[in-house]
Amino acid sequence: MIAELGAFALVLAFALSAAQAGFSFAGRYWRNAALRGAGEGAALATLLTTATAFFALMVCFITSDFSVANVAANSHTDKPLLYKIAAVWGSHEGSMLLWNLALTGFGATVAIWGRDLPAGLKSLTIGVQGLLGLVFLGYTALVSNPFLRLAVAPVEGASLNPILQDPFLAIHPPFLYSGYVGFSVVFSFAIAALIEGRVDAAWARWVRPWALAAWSLLTVGITLGSFWAYYELGWGGWWFWDPVENASFMPWLVGAALLHSAIVTEKRGAMPGWTVFLGLLAFSFSMLGAFLVRSGILTSVHAFAVDPKRGSILLGILAVAAGSGFSLFAWRAPMLKAGGLFAPVSREGALVLNNLFLATAALIVMTGTLYPLGYQAATGQPLSVGAPWFNLTFAPLMAVVLFILPAGTMLSWKRADALGAVQRLWAAGLAAVAMGTGGLLLVQTKTAFAAIGLALGGWLIAGALAELAFRVRLGKAPLTESLRRLRHLPRASFGMTLAHIGVGVFVLGASVETHGRIEAARAVAVGESVQVGQFTLTLSDVASVEGPNYTAERGTVRVTSASGDTFLKPERRFYPANRQTVSQVAIQSHGPSDLYVVFGERREAQGKPSWLIRAYWNPWARLIFGGPLLMALGGAISLSDPRLRLAAGARARATAIAGAKA
Amino acid sequence: MSFLPKSRKARRRLMAVAVAAPILAIGVGLSLYAMGDAAVFFYTPVQAHQKHVPSGRTIRIGGLVEKGSVSKSGDGRVMFAVTDRLATDKVEFKGDLPDLFREGQGVVAQGAYRDDGVFVAREVLAKHDEKYMPKEVSDALKKSGQWRGGPDGGASASGGSQRP
Repeated sequence: MIAELGAFALVLAFALSAAQAGFSFAGRYWRNAALRGAGEGAALATLLTTATAFFALMVCFITSDFSVANVAANSHTDKPLLYKIAAVWGSHEGSMLLWNLALTGFGATVAIWGRDLPAGLKSLTIGVQGLLGLVFLGYTALVSNPFLRLAVAPVEGASLNPILQDPFLAIHPPFLYSGYVGFSVVFSFAIAALIEGRVDAAWARWVRPWALAAWSLLTVGITLGSFWAYYELGWGGWWFWDPVENASFMPWLVGAALLHSAIVTEKRGAMPGWTVFLGLLAFSFSMLGAFLVRSGILTSVHAFAVDPKRGSILLGILAVAAGSGFSLFAWRAPMLKAGGLFAPVSREGALVLNNLFLATAALIVMTGTLYPLGYQAATGQPLSVGAPWFNLTFAPLMAVVLFILPAGTMLSWKRADALGAVQRLWAAGLAAVAMGTGGLLLVQTKTAFAAIGLALGGWLIAGALAELAFRVRLGKAPLTESLRRLRHLPRASFGMTLAHIGVGVFVLGASVETHGRIEAARAVAVGESVQVGQFTLTLSDVASVEGPNYTAERGTVRVTSASGDTFLKPERRFYPANRQTVSQVAIQSHGPSDLYVVFGERREAQGKPSWLIRAYWNPWARLIFGGPLLMALGGAISLSDPRLRLAAGARARATAIAGAKA
Repeated sequence: MSFLPKSRKARRRLMAVAVAAPILAIGVGLSLYAMGDAAVFFYTPVQAHQKHVPSGRTIRIGGLVEKGSVSKSGDGRVMFAVTDRLATDKVEFKGDLPDLFREGQGVVAQGAYRDDGVFVAREVLAKHDEKYMPKEVSDALKKSGQWRGGPDGGASASGGSQRP
């Protein structure tokens, strides 16, 4: 019954999104408030029905209703409740439903919170969002329906891939999808602005919070996924330049460029066409990601829910949505009025440079991701493009843009004094040089790259702090005056400082971890030990343990270091429902650094049973994940700035009117 | 400065192109240059022998893990043989094999040939999904007429229902 309710709600949502688009466009065309209101109401109703379908599927999973094909294929009665819920978005059909929930959710949010928007722009945005909903809900309802019943219900389900049964992976997709799909609002705003033929500072101010929210959510989603890969796959690495990872990284890079170009358009009215173009591009990359991940067209270590037939339909959706968006752009963009002039050395100039580099970086990631496809199509020879290629191409480009970053924040709008900016950064430069040389001398790194990374990280963090100090006139004015200024700084500028510090923290972690990692692997019997860095790992015991839906061999590893003995308990779990073995890594954190131990398979060595133990010393690894979280936090703090909130303008106007009356 | 366009708008546009062009050019140049070195080609053993892949060059080889060829030694090394039924390569790997590695199933390994012809794998690729056949391997086997699996590519190439 619940499944039928869900299926019905899904079809209803499909029909309602058609109504949402129809009413909204009609309301704009005839400038009719009733039709516009109907469009907004339909947007809310679409969200409600999609949510009904989503929760209906969740109930099917929680109650283990194996007569539903999707539940039978992805769930099992033995599974803990959290993973029954997570399995809702663990399959192709269910994840598309989550995508739709996010899509309709954002549409409804524009309808509710967009009171301050001009009526025409708002209707068009909701209408375009309705069209996107029509396409994706239609896809889900017609070719990817999660509610299909089986003629004969099996007694037990096939269970979710055990590697996905992990708390971080359970919450990773909701964040990732909200981020991906959050860019749909920016896409709709861009289309609406192109139809209206006007992109001005006000438009950029309305778009920026959406871009900021989507980008922050995407940052959290990617970080969670990367952290999951770090400790669940047991390879010690955290980013593999795998096609699926790149698919999420491209919209992230474009989103980061968009955040910065929207600032230029908002503050100075410049680059309206470019900002609109990035708005279209960000969601197009999101859709490209959805296609790449699901079509199986690229070999990936974590390809997901692969289905080539439906993949080609997704490609069609991508072609139609992105194609019509960019055609509209080519037609209407020349009519956009270009605003404010600026000198090359200015805040705008620096942000243009930032955008050029980020866009080129996104282009490079796209080239590396799609090159194998094109090459194989042309020559028939399969090949893969991996980390070495991206390290050669992407890394130097990013190093340049990150080097410029602190200087850019020090420049003023319109025309800046380059010499003054350099003077304000001397302390940061000193800190960077100190960290670079310190890195060369102390961390015993083999290559100069680690030192460059350390210097760059130090430069970014010190540069961000120097900018904050300059704003509050620290040292130039009395301390009380500086504190007063600090209190009155807009939250957006705190957000910027925090996000830029996050970039620096990430750079520090990534360079130290990549160049300072120590690795050891050995098959040991009970009582024997492995040496990794300053630690001696001794296998002291191996025991069998029973989990809720797995059995495991658990090794007890004694860690001996200068500071005494501790114990780690890595496991090797066997999931009978999937007949699959998964390693459960044990991680011991030492400040920001990790000691990472993988308990491997059983082997015979000299007649004794022994187990392969792999151990890694990953210095500063936590910074790799902490940095992006700081960036996302910076985004959230900016978002909480009242100046950015959509209704703020309306409220300010209301107070002004009230003030005038009094 | 007479060669610069007169209108401010045109001058600004020229400036934008002058800045954007080198960055794009560097990006494109860098990616093409790196592609020559860092792209990793995929071969089955017989293709690798025909192409005379020099030892030390990083490639991927793929095929089926020959039955009974897997031997694990106490020092953490694993030896196995990868075959496309026309040629067979010995592979040495130090580390834990992916959980989906099984005899008779498809495998892809990245590494390089040693001078003695043994392929030293730095990475044996794991797939998360339930199809035990990497796409490159099934494509290559189909092309050479050695494919004995089901038409959907999901079945095992060794014919039997080998789901462990």
